[in-house]
Amino acid sequence: MSDAILTVLIAMLGGAIRVSTPFMFVALGECLTEKSGRVNLGLEGTLVMGAMVAYAASYHTGSPWLGVLAAGVAGSALGAMHGSICGLPKVNDVAVGIAMMLFGVGLAFFFGKPYIQPTAPRLDSIPLGFWSDNVNLKSALQVNPLFFVGIVVALVLAWALRNTRWGLVVRTVGDSAPAARAMGISVNLVRLLTTTVGGFLAGVGGAFLSLSYPGSWNQGLSSGQGLMAVALVIFARWSPVRCVYAALLFGAAGAIGPSLQSIGVTQGYYFFNAAPYILTLIIMIATSSATHSARDMPGELSMAK
Amino acid sequence: MSGPEISRRTLIRTTALGLAGATLNLGALGRAFAAQDLTVGVVYVGARDDFGWNQAHAVAIKALKEVPGVKVVEEENVPETDAVSKSMESMINLDGAALILATSFGYYTPFVVDLAKKYPDVQFRHAAPLWNKDKDPKNAGSYFGYLNQAHYVDGVAAGLCTKTNKIGFVAAKPIASVLSNINSVLLGARSTNPKATVQVIFTGDWSMPVREAEAANALVDAGCDVITCHVDGPKVVIETAEKRGVMSCGHNASQAPLAPKGFITGAEYKWETIYKGYAADIAAGKTPPNFLAGGYEVDFVRNTPFGAAATPEAQKAALAAIEGLKAGKPIYVGPLKDNKGKVVIDKTYGNLDPFLDKMDYLLEGVSGSTT
Repeated sequence: MSDAILTVLIAMLGGAIRVSTPFMFVALGECLTEKSGRVNLGLEGTLVMGAMVAYAASYHTGSPWLGVLAAGVAGSALGAMHGSICGLPKVNDVAVGIAMMLFGVGLAFFFGKPYIQPTAPRLDSIPLGFWSDNVNLKSALQVNPLFFVGIVVALVLAWALRNTRWGLVVRTVGDSAPAARAMGISVNLVRLLTTTVGGFLAGVGGAFLSLSYPGSWNQGLSSGQGLMAVALVIFARWSPVRCVYAALLFGAAGAIGPSLQSIGVTQGYYFFNAAPYILTLIIMIATSSATHSARDMPGELSMAK
Repeated sequence: MSGPEISRRTLIRTTALGLAGATLNLGALGRAFAAQDLTVGVVYVGARDDFGWNQAHAVAIKALKEVPGVKVVEEENVPETDAVSKSMESMINLDGAALILATSFGYYTPFVVDLAKKYPDVQFRHAAPLWNKDKDPKNAGSYFGYLNQAHYVDGVAAGLCTKTNKIGFVAAKPIASVLSNINSVLLGARSTNPKATVQVIFTGDWSMPVREAEAANALVDAGCDVITCHVDGPKVVIETAEKRGVMSCGHNASQAPLAPKGFITGAEYKWETIYKGYAADIAAGKTPPNFLAGGYEVDFVRNTPFGAAATPEAQKAALAAIEGLKAGKPIYVGPLKDNKGKVVIDKTYGNLDPFLDKMDYLLEGVSGSTT
């Protein structure tokens, strides 16, 4: 029995590492965008577009890291498009986001057709389980470098938002546009930049999907992960470090369903497959507090108004 | 001054319209007379090269295109909504399709049924055993392959290749056709290796790439050294198995290129038998059959050519099993118990017996649950 529990725990560890990365990148990108007072719901489209572009670029250049870069650039382009459309007067960012989501997904499917069949070079993982004899642990600890990049980005973002002038500018724009204008800051320019950088991160998240795990390009690759990641930002109450925790939790919980079935707990797999959502709900209820959410939420978000 | 000018213009316009009309009429007449030319309209729910369900159809359509006198119009990524009606209608009205092949389950009711009533001269055939001869239009129909026979052959080969005696199966939903594939893999494996077992993980939906990869990983972690599946696009499962260094068996279409080291064989549909049959019937002036279903005995399924992991004994046993199936040798030799110990198959049933279509159990030897 203890073996079985160990199997599930190792699977959850592996799931946290394997599945969390795209959630992490999209959530970090969205976190930055929302900190400046704008919501970009189009990141699902950016994620799929990033996955496609990364796979295509890796296939043509033979270098998966160029693929990651290309995905980031494609994501920035979509982000900049969202940012500039929303800069026009009387434009609703939520509606534009939904349009951008459909646009990104459609564009990715259109240009991605020729890349379903060929095999592109993937990103190599770092075997961090070399010290262990346990084969399962070894495979769970095959960690992609992008996972660490994501954690570093989260730390840098958290530090920069709190301690730099740029961070202050972003937060001011996010909390009160009139105050920012009074300081002589161009609100639209700041939001355009944060949406562009957010798009870059989401594109890199997509690159992880197609170049690492599950590691292939086809339609339906994302199955809604970009949208879930946007929701994770609210769950993480607009803190980059908490975004990482939320992504890890989501990945680990997602591994519960399959691994329980593999050790013979086969009843009720629909319930266990829903574990990420149930856990999220439980934690949200347990940590909810009216004063906290009011304090953490950027005042300029359209859902706050 | 302006009067005659207008009338001249009107005259020219009318004549032009009249000429165009005449040409159109001639065109229609020409089409009616050239009866041997058949236009076939095909709708797919996903991409034609998805390494799965849609690719299996597209491969067959490619073979159909080589039949002289047959023209094909195709549309992919057509959702199972109103959109499919529009696609099919435009194929009928603009391209003159006389045979429509609707290749996805959800196209049938109400879309295919309603259009068949609206266009009684067009033949509609749908890839799932849904046509009801009492209720549904006579110009509609169903065709289906018993893929479980090819999965049985997968099992026969996998039973001889596995070293851990554990075969992993990533399944979408516990419906009869999926359960029959799982049970057939087990019975095939048991026929060559009595110690073989099958472990199932249900993902809960037809296309969940990340969860499918997680499921394949969990099966490998649990000690399975052959992985097979029944999901819409098996690409991720086969690639994950290859990455983990275990063997794999395919599903729906050929996934052999995805696993150069670990591929054994795979269960594939052979829709071209059916499609070429339809074209031949229509060319001969006959109505194609309303209901077609079968497996190896009518050449509706096949196995992917052996991959690098198929041992010579496995290949020999698999080829022998295929010969047996062609001759109608039954897979379900009763009595058989389910994995809760209850006798669910009381006697031996033929491979196409309707009793087996109602399957809602996993046989003894399969670890997994339908609920």
